[in-house]
Parts: sequence; structure tokens; C-alpha cells
Amino acid sequence: MNAFLATVRRDLLLALRRKSEVLTAVFFFVIVTSLFPLGIGPEPVLLKKIAPGILWVAALLATLLGLPRLFAADHVDGTLEQMALSPSSLGLLVAGKILAHWLLCGLPLVLLAPVLGLQFDLDASALGILTLALLLGTPLLSLIGAIGAALTLGVRGGGVLLALLVLPLYIPALIFGAGAVEAHIAGLGAGGHLSLLAAMLALAVFFAPWATTAALRIALE
Amino acid sequence: MLNVSGLACSRGERRLFSDVGFSLAAGEWLHVQGENGSGKTSLMRLLVGLSPADAGEIRWCNEPTPSTEFRRDLIYLGHHAAVKEDLTPLENLQLAAALDGVALDERASLAALIRLGLRGREELPVRVLSAGQKRRVLLARLLTRPAVLWVLDEAFNALDVAAVKLLGELIAEHLSAGGMAILTSHQPLPVPGGKALVL
Repeated sequence: MNAFLATVRRDLLLALRRKSEVLTAVFFFVIVTSLFPLGIGPEPVLLKKIAPGILWVAALLATLLGLPRLFAADHVDGTLEQMALSPSSLGLLVAGKILAHWLLCGLPLVLLAPVLGLQFDLDASALGILTLALLLGTPLLSLIGAIGAALTLGVRGGGVLLALLVLPLYIPALIFGAGAVEAHIAGLGAGGHLSLLAAMLALAVFFAPWATTAALRIALE
Repeated sequence: MLNVSGLACSRGERRLFSDVGFSLAAGEWLHVQGENGSGKTSLMRLLVGLSPADAGEIRWCNEPTPSTEFRRDLIYLGHHAAVKEDLTPLENLQLAAALDGVALDERASLAALIRLGLRGREELPVRVLSAGQKRRVLLARLLTRPAVLWVLDEAFNALDVAAVKLLGELIAEHLSAGGMAILTSHQPLPVPGGKALVL
């Protein structure tokens, strides 16, 4: 468990030394979600209707932006090799890296979403549901994305391949995440959608680090 | 005790080596020699368990590898710098130890860096150091991470005369304390004794 926390600490420290890499994803999220109200114009009914979808798609793309860097730097400088040979389990170290990725690329989106949602005229309870859905959904995006990042590690032009590989896998998260807010606005209650998101998250927490580790071992051969 | 038998490796269609076997006991070291492209690095990666062998068996203390016990007893330094450029040498050593689950206090890591001739540079980011100094940061791990088997791939590259002598001394100390080492190098190594394996 200490090795897990050490990996989280290490990746956060590295991100702190290179703030620009983390900030690009966050700014991307802010800009993309702000472009839509500006482009569509002040039509509250329409904006309210498209808000959950736009915020979720922007969150997917912002997460995707940070994914190629998840393992690439460690692969190039050889520290990933050292992790694979460490007496600590590689799965634990990988889980630590995924958690650090979520703290850097996912959590800021969750915290910003209520503010950005105001641009779309969402009321307080809808903003609450949106934040909750993103809180359950963004770790899921990081976990699924890590598998893709590991599979495309060391592949030339891996960034595009990663997007093609991972975006289809994000569809369930998008449907239930955006659906939760829509259902709430329609007065149907978001419980079912959120439960399904939580179930997918639980499944991913269990399987994704394991699958990522297997993919990394293949990439290192 | 390391026992290797019948090891074979190919890259694509080409057979790099086959039927490689040797054994190492406490205090012994092996010098792997061969021309460029003869498969020295492939053999090293295979030995530590980074890539699977086509055939053959590697046993550590009579247990098949890779196992957690083997990884605990092993330190492998390859061609890569394996240090984070944005961190200081001190942070690199401490975090590497933490990832390995090894307790390491700051005093011990400072002592290791000073022994490697990095006094006064422990708080600089590694990216401003020279290639040889980066290598020294990596080599400091030999002192901070307790391990029985050292697998060093071209460890003498980029080192100056003093550092080559120092690394030779470190290996000799390690061997006399009952350790084992597997080294590749094109140059004669400043370590006495040793078995030779020509690929």
C-alpha cells in the first residue's frame, strides 16, 4: 500500500514541476464548454437541453488529452521498466498512476463543472446531479483510458489510435452520465443512471488496473 | 544461487543465441561479451524477466523466475537513464526506494550521492546534469537498494575514469559481501576474477 501512495505522490510531484501539461486539459474543458453558449446564442431552453451532453463530451475529450502522457514519459526514460521489475506489484503501481491521473485530469473537471454549467442555465439541483455524475464518471474514464494508453504505448502515432480505441468504450459512461442529468431535468429521477455509473466504476476499479498491467508487460517486451 | 540452462532467444526470424547456460554462486560475477547485435541486451532483459525466453529455464534459489523474491533480490540497470529529469537526485533516489517498498532515510541517500561524487548537486533537477552525472544518480541506487544480484547492462558507458574505478570498487565490495553480478561491456572491466560468457 505504501508503494501505491508513493506512486501517487511521485506523479503529483512530477505534474507540479510541469504545470502546463495538466493545465492544458483543464483549459481545454473550460474553453470548449464556453464556446457552445457563445456560438448558439442566448436561448435558455435549447442550452439547458444540450448542456449535459456538451459538458460530458468535453470531459471525455479533456480526459483523452492527458492520456497519451500517462505512461509515455516513464516508458521513454526507463522508469516504467524499473517499476515492472520492482518487488512491489506492478498492478498496485499502475493503480497509483491511474489515481494520480484522475486527481490531475478528472477531479478539476468535476470541480469546474458546476461553474461551467451555469452558462447553460442549469438550476442548482441539476448542477448537483451533473457534479455527482462526473464524480462517478471521470474515474471510470481514467481507468478505461489507462488500458488504451497501455495498449498504444510505444506505437507511432499512438495518440490518434488511442482516441479511436478509447472513445467507443466511453459511450456507456457518456450515455448514463449525460442521461442522469437529463432524467433529473425531466423529473424522472437520476438514481438509476447514477447506480449504473457506480456499478461500471466498481467493475473498472477491479479490472482496469489488471488489464493495464498486462498490456504494459507486453509493451515492455 | 542463479542457475540458467538452455536459454534461447530470437528476434523475428533471426536466432540470436541458443542453449546459453551458466550458474552463479555467492561472490561470483559473469562478464557477458559479444559483438554489437549479438544479443547481450536481449539476454539481460530475458534474465531479469522483462521479456520471455523462447526456451530454457532461469532458476533463482531453485525457484523458477520471475517471482517476487527474485525481484526483491534483483537490481537491473539498463541503457535507459531511469531517472526523472524534473526531480532532484535526492527525490529520485527516495521515490525509487518508496516505489520498491524499501525504507530509505534521507541521510543514507545523501551518503550514496556523495559517494558517487554528486556532492552539491543533490538539490538540482537532474535535467541540468551531464550524461555521466545522470548515470551516477542511477548508480547511487546500487548503494541505497539492498539486492543480491546486480544485472548491469553497459553500466560503464558515459562514465569518466574516476567513476569507472569507483563502480569497479562498488562491484568488488558487493561481491566480497556475498553478492553476484552480471555485467556487459566491450571494455575490460576493472573487477578481478569473473566468468566469461561469449555470445
